[in-house]
Amino acid sequence: MNRAGERLLNGLVKENPTFVLMLGMCPTLAVTTSAMNGLGMGLTTMAVLALSNLLISLLRKIIPDRVRIPAFIVVIASFVTAVQLLLEGYLPALNKALGVYIPLIVVNCIILGRAESYAYSNPPLPSLFDGIGMGLGFTVALTCIGAVREILGAGELFGYALMPDAFEPIRIFGQAPGAFFVLASLVALQNFVKEKRKAAGKPYEKIGSGCGEDCLNCSDTGCARRFYGEKKAGKEKAAAAEKPMSAPGMAGDLEIVNLEEEEK
Amino acid sequence: MESVKELLVLLVASSLVSNVVLSQFLGLCPFLGVSRKTNTAAGMGVAVIFVITLASAVAGVIYKFVLQRFHVEYLETIVFILVIAALVQFVEMFLRKAMPALYKALGVYLPLITTNCAVLGVALTNVQKEYGILAGIVNGFATALGFTIAIIILAGLREKLEHNDIPKPFQGMPTVLLTAGLMAIAFCGFSGLL
Repeated sequence: MNRAGERLLNGLVKENPTFVLMLGMCPTLAVTTSAMNGLGMGLTTMAVLALSNLLISLLRKIIPDRVRIPAFIVVIASFVTAVQLLLEGYLPALNKALGVYIPLIVVNCIILGRAESYAYSNPPLPSLFDGIGMGLGFTVALTCIGAVREILGAGELFGYALMPDAFEPIRIFGQAPGAFFVLASLVALQNFVKEKRKAAGKPYEKIGSGCGEDCLNCSDTGCARRFYGEKKAGKEKAAAAEKPMSAPGMAGDLEIVNLEEEEK
Repeated sequence: MESVKELLVLLVASSLVSNVVLSQFLGLCPFLGVSRKTNTAAGMGVAVIFVITLASAVAGVIYKFVLQRFHVEYLETIVFILVIAALVQFVEMFLRKAMPALYKALGVYLPLITTNCAVLGVALTNVQKEYGILAGIVNGFATALGFTIAIIILAGLREKLEHNDIPKPFQGMPTVLLTAGLMAIAFCGFSGLL
C-alpha cells in the first residue's frame, strides 16, 4: 500500500494540478465564486478522474494504441454523464450552480492527461489512487480559491458570516473579473517561487505557467499533445515544417501571419 | 419559430452581455495564448467563428433528429464531443482539398480549436436553454463573435504593453490576466443593454 500513499501525496502536493502544473484553468476560474461551489466541482471531478483512471487501467491491454485517445474520451464522457445524472437526482442545487461546467469536465485536460500519462501504462490500484490523489489536490485548490473569493467578495465562508461588520465586501471578487485577478496573483506567486528555486538551484521544471503561456506550441508541449498523443503531434510537426515553403505568397494576400513566423 | 427581434436580442446577449471568455471563462487557452499580435488574433477569431457556427448547426441537427427521436438525450455529452472532434478533422481535410487559400489562412488554428471547450460549451448551452436549430446557430455565431471581439481587443492592448517596465514576477501571463480582468469589468457595463 506504500505506492498508494505515495500516489496520494504526489497529487496533493508534489504535482498539484492547479498550484503546480496549472492545468484545467477554465473550470477553476468559472466555478470558484464560493468555497462550496469549488468543493462541489472538485469532488465531482475527483469521482470522474478516479473512476476513469481505474477503468482505463483495467482496459489498457485491450485498447489498441492507435485509437486510445477516442477510447479515453468515450470512457470519460460516460462517467461524466453518469455523475451528472446522479447530481441531477440527489443534489439538484449544486447541479444548478455548476450548470454547463459539469458536462465540460470531459474536456478538462487533467483527466485526459492522467489517463494518457499514468493510467494507460500502470496497474489498476495505483491508477485509482493516482486519480484520487490528483482529484484531492484539485479539490483542495478549488476550495482554497473559492474561499479567498468568497471571503473577499462577500465576507462569508461556506455561507457563514466570517468578517466583522466593519468589513465592506469587495463585490468584484465574487464576479467574473475577480477570477482573473485571483489567477493573476496566483501565477505571479508561482513565478516568484520559480525564480527563487532557480536561484537556489532546486528543481523547478514541474512548475507550469498554465496553458496560456505557451499555447502556440500547445500541440508539442501542452494539453493538445496529451489530447492527440505523440504520434499525431509528430505528424503535425512534419506538416508545419512543410508549410513555410509555400505559405508566404498566400499569407501575404490574406494579411495573416503564419504562427510559425510570428514565433520568431 | 423565433421572431427576428428575438434572434437580434440573442445576438447582442451572447456576444457582448455574457461574453464567452470574459464572463463564462470558456476558451481561455487560445484567448491568452494566441493574443500576442492583432492579425494572428483576428485569424484565430475568424477560425473560431467558422468552427463554432458549423458545430452548433451540426450538433443542433443531430440533437433534434437523432437523440430526441430515439429518446436518448442523456447521451448528448458523449455524442457532441465525438461529433465535434470528427467535424474539425473533416473541416481540415475538406479545406485542404477544396479551398487551399482559406486553408492557408485558417489551417494552423484548426488543431488548436479541437481542444477549445467553447465549442462543446456552446453546443451544450444550446440544448440546456432549449434553443431551436436556427436560434442555436445564431447563438453559436454570436458567442464566437464575442470571442473574436475580446481577443482582438486583448491583442491590441498587449502590443501596447509589451515594452513597459513591469515587476519581474508579474511579467508575462499575470499582466495579461490582469488586463483581461480589467476588460471583464468594462464588459460588465454591457449588462445594462438588455
